[in-house]
Amino acid sequence: MAKPASRRTPYDGVVITTPVTIPYQRYSIESAQWWIGRALRALADASGIAARDFDGFCLSSFTVGPDTAIGLTQHFGLSVRWLDTIPLGGASAIAALRRAARAVQAGDCDVVACVAGDTNHVDSFRRTLENFSRFAQDAVYPYGAGGANASFAMIARHYMKRFGVGREDLGRIAVAQRANALNNPHALMKTPLTVEQYMAARPIADPIHLYDCVMPCAGAEAFLVMREETAAAAGLKGAKILASIERHNARIDDVVQNHGGWVADIDDLYAMAGLRPDALDFVQTYDDYPVIVMMQLEDLGFCAKGEGAAFVRAHDLTIGGDFPHNTSGGQLSVGQAGAAGAYLGVTEAIRQVLGSAGPTQVAGARTGLASGFGMINYDRGLSSGAVIVSGDG
Amino acid sequence: MVEPLQQPERRNPLRRTRQPSLPPVGRSRAGMLLTRAAAEGRFALQRCDECGAFCYPAHDVCPGCLSTDLKLTDAPDGGTLVSETVVRVPADVYFRERAPWRIGMVKLDCGPTVIAHLHADCGEAEPVRMSLQLDKAGQAAAFARPAGDTANAADDRQWREMTASPKFRRVLVTNGRSAVGQATAAALVAAGAKVHVGIAEPWKPFEAGKALEACTVVPLDVTDERSVRDLAADIGGKVDILINTGEHTRPGGLIGRHGTATIMDELSQTYLGFVHLAQAFGPAMRARGADGIDSAAAWVNVFSVYALANWAAYGTTSAAEAACVSLSHCLRGELRAGGVRVVNLFTGPLDTEWFQTVPPPKVAPKAVAKAIVSALESGVEEVFVGDVAEDVRQRLEANPKALERDLGA
Repeated sequence: MAKPASRRTPYDGVVITTPVTIPYQRYSIESAQWWIGRALRALADASGIAARDFDGFCLSSFTVGPDTAIGLTQHFGLSVRWLDTIPLGGASAIAALRRAARAVQAGDCDVVACVAGDTNHVDSFRRTLENFSRFAQDAVYPYGAGGANASFAMIARHYMKRFGVGREDLGRIAVAQRANALNNPHALMKTPLTVEQYMAARPIADPIHLYDCVMPCAGAEAFLVMREETAAAAGLKGAKILASIERHNARIDDVVQNHGGWVADIDDLYAMAGLRPDALDFVQTYDDYPVIVMMQLEDLGFCAKGEGAAFVRAHDLTIGGDFPHNTSGGQLSVGQAGAAGAYLGVTEAIRQVLGSAGPTQVAGARTGLASGFGMINYDRGLSSGAVIVSGDG
Repeated sequence: MVEPLQQPERRNPLRRTRQPSLPPVGRSRAGMLLTRAAAEGRFALQRCDECGAFCYPAHDVCPGCLSTDLKLTDAPDGGTLVSETVVRVPADVYFRERAPWRIGMVKLDCGPTVIAHLHADCGEAEPVRMSLQLDKAGQAAAFARPAGDTANAADDRQWREMTASPKFRRVLVTNGRSAVGQATAAALVAAGAKVHVGIAEPWKPFEAGKALEACTVVPLDVTDERSVRDLAADIGGKVDILINTGEHTRPGGLIGRHGTATIMDELSQTYLGFVHLAQAFGPAMRARGADGIDSAAAWVNVFSVYALANWAAYGTTSAAEAACVSLSHCLRGELRAGGVRVVNLFTGPLDTEWFQTVPPPKVAPKAVAKAIVSALESGVEEVFVGDVAEDVRQRLEANPKALERDLGA
């Protein structure tokens, strides 16, 4: 039985503008507040809208504690009438833009600054791991599996065995992203990566090897959400939101995670957007590990479950290829600036459809998809989301 | 396939002793339920009283029915290893020093999926047998072993981290003149340990017997601080396991006695003896908790179960033993920093001269010895030996007031 068309209210009249990136650093002696503040300033500078005229603020950060968004209003001199803190890790950007879009659409506020930023002190990654979640504290961290590497290793091993995926298949994803990253001056990885190098990398937690892992770093990403007329008045180009989904703790019957939550709502995503996957000009997936990218390609409908490896073999994932994917280089090559990692694909997607991606621009890109995935609370990533955006180039 | 453990070589005294580090210690309140189970050697998980589902990790609310009635319940220990990894670059110091470290995901037959430490002989997609172990931090950790027996299973590197196996370890048994001390020394030799046995007043006749031939007899009077310190000066740096078998059992209650002579003796032999031993041997043991495969590993106390519930017929002895139990918890906290565990064995009346008039069941010294070795090999922290001890344990949990009335009769 065919599913009914989406009954959801379209995001009419709402645009995302002003994607900004504060270039990443491997380590920073500054605080998360400093990075987030710089992103806010960059939003004001790039949009020409004074920060005091942002009447909505949405924050995601792992390292801003003990602060949340409210503390930062005073810190940054913001007086907002809409405020949110979104602690969804890699799904934070999708969630942020969905909530912000509805808020401005309803008139609860006019201009929302959505910001994600994290610092990376020499020991902050380990501290974040230590305090990630209660289930992780009780049942993962004490096993030497601090951080996502070991958990994703077990997910990857299970997935690779079940679907006959080889490391070299996953390597295609990492290698193509590195090629893309060489066009991105902000990427932390600046040297080419070959399949041979990928295969020869040292093991971290089998079958995860070095080039399957993101490099934790400091950085911030941000964008503004407002109504079209507000953007027009400010002379800003905006990207439209054609559709979005989010889902948390899906497929609990997967003994080992084989799916992300996208799979539950994918029909709704394309129905709301009124297009099929092959109509997209590019895709920005959440790439904490190549195996998660492959799972996403399946769950987002680009190929059937278990055909991810064949799909990446059959397509060219570089900027100039037939399936431009993670055109900035993604977290695997740009770095993972904590929660800003969730925003990386979204800011890049906005730039692409606005035609402002510069050296990573996909020629003629008008419509694209960005997805998010996050929060490995115990044995699986719980949060996922996706958005389809369009622009006039 | 686990290679049999080899006798460690003599230490190079010029090399620095590796300082102990601990695996992550933090657990939620509910998570500490599993630490209790691990200490008792049970594989128990929370089970929802309403819907019957087992849950893991520790919850406060049942994910099936939102009940808050989650009780620690013995669980079937079978499962299947569904995925695994070898962690080669852990973020944590303890695991980094021990990398590569193998862990896996086990789908339990009773429902939940558990991330567990793996025995080397566990194979993917194969059945495993789960247990909760105390790790070096003294907290519960899930451990998967092969469902069937395998060669040299106890010598597995990761398993040995979770136990205090006496094999190739050097043990001091404190009271070689007692039946329990002798039986314990013999059992430890049989388990592969090198054993020192302390005896007080060594000029007095001592019939060591055949069982102690493989042991080294050393002078040790636990009531004498100097004697204890002298022995620690000689062998303190190579005591990996200390078995405190001190006992001083005298029948009699409180108000029927005149004066405190007997009570002083009891306290001197048990409580102060324990103090002397802990002060003399504890610091070196704590410092040697990560000193190779024959690192310092455990401190074992043999207590009367009446330490937990005063038996008026042996009233002051019970009180002295109770003081020792309290002290053991202090020592447990202090030695935990070195990854050295404190094991408390609680026995009912022993089949020895000081319980001559007590009717059976009584505990044979050999049974105590066997329980000590088993506790060390399996890694538990609380052991009740014999039917009487088990009876007291259960009654304390069921109705301590009823037990108090009976023991005071």
